[in-house]
Amino acid sequence: MLSGATIEVNNLTKRYGKVEALRGVSFAVNEGEVFGLLGPNGAGKTSTVEILEGLRTPDSGSVSVCGLDPQTSGAEFKYVIGAALQATALPDKMRVHEALDLFGSFYPNRRGTKELMARFGLEEKRNAFYSQLSGGQKQRLALAMALVNNPRVVFLDEPTAGLDPQVRREIYDIIEELKKEKKTILITTHYIEEAEKLCDRVAIVDHGKVIALGTPRELKQRSGAVTRISVRMARPETNGALGKLDGVTECRTEADDYLLYSTRVPRTIVALVKHLEEQNNELVSLEISAPSLEDIFLELTGRRLRD
Amino acid sequence: MSRVFGNTWALTMSRMRLAMRNRAFLFFSLIMPLAFLFIYAGIFGRGRAQAVPYLLAEVLALTVMGSFWGLSVQLVTFREQGILRRFRVTPVGASAMLASSLLSNYFLTLPTIAIEFFLSRSVFHMAGLGNVLSIFVLVTIGTVTFASLGLIVASVTNTMQETQIINQIIWFVFLFISGATIPFPMLPGAVQAVAVFLPATYLVSGLQRAMIDHTTLPYLGMYLASLGGCALIAFVISAQLFRWEPESKAPRQAKLWAAAAVIPFLLLGIWETVNGDLRSHAMKNLNSIREPYTMERIER
Repeated sequence: MLSGATIEVNNLTKRYGKVEALRGVSFAVNEGEVFGLLGPNGAGKTSTVEILEGLRTPDSGSVSVCGLDPQTSGAEFKYVIGAALQATALPDKMRVHEALDLFGSFYPNRRGTKELMARFGLEEKRNAFYSQLSGGQKQRLALAMALVNNPRVVFLDEPTAGLDPQVRREIYDIIEELKKEKKTILITTHYIEEAEKLCDRVAIVDHGKVIALGTPRELKQRSGAVTRISVRMARPETNGALGKLDGVTECRTEADDYLLYSTRVPRTIVALVKHLEEQNNELVSLEISAPSLEDIFLELTGRRLRD
Repeated sequence: MSRVFGNTWALTMSRMRLAMRNRAFLFFSLIMPLAFLFIYAGIFGRGRAQAVPYLLAEVLALTVMGSFWGLSVQLVTFREQGILRRFRVTPVGASAMLASSLLSNYFLTLPTIAIEFFLSRSVFHMAGLGNVLSIFVLVTIGTVTFASLGLIVASVTNTMQETQIINQIIWFVFLFISGATIPFPMLPGAVQAVAVFLPATYLVSGLQRAMIDHTTLPYLGMYLASLGGCALIAFVISAQLFRWEPESKAPRQAKLWAAAAVIPFLLLGIWETVNGDLRSHAMKNLNSIREPYTMERIER
């Protein structure tokens, strides 16, 4: 607790049989921060969060949440955390308001069922059985349950996985609101846009290790602020001349597109147009995109981050 | 401490509500025992009022023994479906979870017991009520004991299927060699020798004595102590073996631990074999329905 961080994770390792799920994960989350663990499935995100929630024990390394050890602190620890697990399951025949009443009753400092149902748009489903809810409604209930004790720290493990884009946006709005309440939130995701949109800081996790950590902006800058220019031309070009254009650090092909990574976009564009004129080639389409976390992930791991 | 009771109570109420919405549970804990009552008193008892206390005691025993299935099995489902792990991130502990199984099952068993008594009086014209205090205590301790035994099975099995198979086996043993279906004196000697080691046998015998002879609590002390001891050991062991995670498997030595729950009945069985009176009581109980039966025949 020397650093005063709300969540501290030091050098965690965890192995399931022959699989090394965590290979020395470390990071710290400050009070009121929304922190994202971004990585593909199997990167070790859930293992890390479940160790923080007290559901799993690490093989080595240590964690603390609000200065408490999840394994030994008992109820005191449970009072300060709220969690939406990767797959929150409730009995099929439990009604929405019963779930909130029941879980609320476990805490001395609880939020009212009515307030939570209103906030998460569940009033109409008040008397519905859990089994009758849609995926999005189940997820909203899981989030409401995570807040039932008005926790200081909220763990959201893949809160939008498997939801359609519209429901996903609804969940984003809810998380944005929590952010305003100054809750400390740890969120895991394999959706880049989720991490970019919601998180103050992001740790990119791959193969059980944190491979990059910073604000989305920092991560982009650290990647050399490389802007991606996708170019499609009437005639394909194979002589590699595009890679030698002014400002271009790298050139890749993806289907019919050429992806030019440039550090000086204006110069590259001018050089590109000149080059096309010289070659008597024609520009079909041009798209300039600022570096995204997706690019950074690709750059760091050589792989794309996909569902 | 008061929070632990509060949590246990909240879970108990919630699980009772869930059980009432579960058709299978209602069938096994209400419909089936009542069906047994009508079959026993109506068919075996030939509608004779004198036979009802003996037969009602068997039905009560079956109802109490049904706790063995009850809500312990629900815990396995909860674990398999990942419901338990959501409770694990709350301040609810294993003991509160387990205790809520016993309590909710107990509260749901009592109305069935009351209905069985009511029907025995109103439909089958049973004369008295037996020793009400003894019956109440036997039903209470018995329900907790059999539900605890169910918890033990739940804690050493890994899947619902495994739980069902093991329960089925134990249940049939309880059902057929305890005197709850076939009267104890009619069992072959070798089977009787085994039956004296079963909790179910003492539950049946105790309930029959309380119904027929109005036996008071002190005379049932040995039975009650064994049932209570068995419940206590079973509860403590299942709390130790409690697993929240769907993928966690029962350790191998767990099955040995679980066997410790039978110790009270091992002791009682040995005592009973050496200098017990279970057989004579069982005979006397059975005669309570036999005598008028033979009289009728002689008259004919």
